[in-house]
Amino acid sequence: MDHLVLRVVTKLMFAPILLFALYVQFHGDFGPGGGFQAGVIFAVAFILHALSFGVDETRRVVPQKALYIGMAAGLLFYSGTGALTMLLGGKLLDYDAIAPGSLHHSGQHYGIMLVEFGVGLCVASTMLTIYYHFAGREPEIGDEDW
Amino acid sequence: MSEMPAPVAANLLIDLSLLTMLLLVALFMLRLRHLFAVVMLSGIYSLVSASFFVSLDAVDVAFTEAAVGAGISTVLMLGGMLLTARREKPLAPKRAPVALAVVVLVGAVLIYGSLDMPAYGDRFAPANNSIGQEYVERTPKEIAVPNVVTAVLASYRGFDTMGETTVIFTAGLGVILLLGVGSARGGRVVSDKSPSPDGEE
Repeated sequence: MDHLVLRVVTKLMFAPILLFALYVQFHGDFGPGGGFQAGVIFAVAFILHALSFGVDETRRVVPQKALYIGMAAGLLFYSGTGALTMLLGGKLLDYDAIAPGSLHHSGQHYGIMLVEFGVGLCVASTMLTIYYHFAGREPEIGDEDW
Repeated sequence: MSEMPAPVAANLLIDLSLLTMLLLVALFMLRLRHLFAVVMLSGIYSLVSASFFVSLDAVDVAFTEAAVGAGISTVLMLGGMLLTARREKPLAPKRAPVALAVVVLVGAVLIYGSLDMPAYGDRFAPANNSIGQEYVERTPKEIAVPNVVTAVLASYRGFDTMGETTVIFTAGLGVILLLGVGSARGGRVVSDKSPSPDGEE
C-alpha cells in the first residue's frame, strides 16, 4: 500500500475535516447539523487516515481502548445531563433547570450543547470502533483484491 | 405546462432528473454481480437521495444521508465485502409468478395509498398544520435557538434522542461482541477453542 498521492491528499484533508466536524457540532443550534452528523464526520477523518496509512497506524493515534471509553462516556454524558437537570430540581432533560430565571433560555442552550456533545462523542467512537472491527480482521488489502 | 413559472419548472426538472438517476442506479445495482461496483453505486444512491432531500428543503436529513449513507456505510460495506466475497454468486434466472404477483399487488397498494397524500408544501397538510406549526411557533419563545430541527431533536424530544444514542451504543457493542476477538489479536486468524469437557470457559 504505497500510494503517495493518496497519502499527501489525506494529510491535506485530515485537519480541515476535523475542523468541519467541530463546526457542525457546535453550529447545530443555528444551521443544519448536530452531534450525530458531527460524530460521523469526525470518525470519517480517522477512517480516511486508516484507508491510506493502514489501520495499525490509526490505532496508534486513536487506540481502541480510548474508543471503548468514548462510547460509554458519550452515552453517560447524555444521560448525565438528564440526571443533572433532575438534581437541579427540574424534570429529566428539562434544560431550563440549568439556568433558572434566564430571560434568553441559556439553560436550553447549555443543555442542547451538552447532550449534542454526548451524542457526538458516542457516535464518533462507535463508528470508528465498527470500522476498526471490520477492517482489523483483514490483515492487508492487496491491490488485486479490488 | 405553458403558464408554469420558471422556478417551478426548474424545480420540477431537477426533481425529475434526480428521481430518474435514483431509479437507474437502483436498476444497475440489481443487475450487477460485481460487489465492489454495487457498494460504490449504493454510495452514489445515497448521495443522489441527499441531493433530492436538499431539493425538498430537508437539509438536516440531507446532511445525515450524505454523511452516513454515502460516507460511513460505503466504507463499512467495503469492509464487510472484504470479509466475505467479491462477487455475487450467479443466480439461475427463473420465473416466480407468485413473487411477481405479490410485488405488483403491493406496489399498486402503495401507489393507491399515495393518491391520498397531500401535495408537497400544502399548508393544510396535517404535517404542516398541527404539531409542526406548534413547534415553529413555540421554539423561539421556549427554546430560543434558531434551528427548529435541533430544538425538537435535542430539547422537545430529548428523551427520544437519548434512546437513539443508546441504539448507536448498542450497535457498536454488538459489533464488538461479534467481531471483536479477531481485531483484539491484531487481525490474525482466530480459531475457536474446542469446548472443554467439564463445560468451563
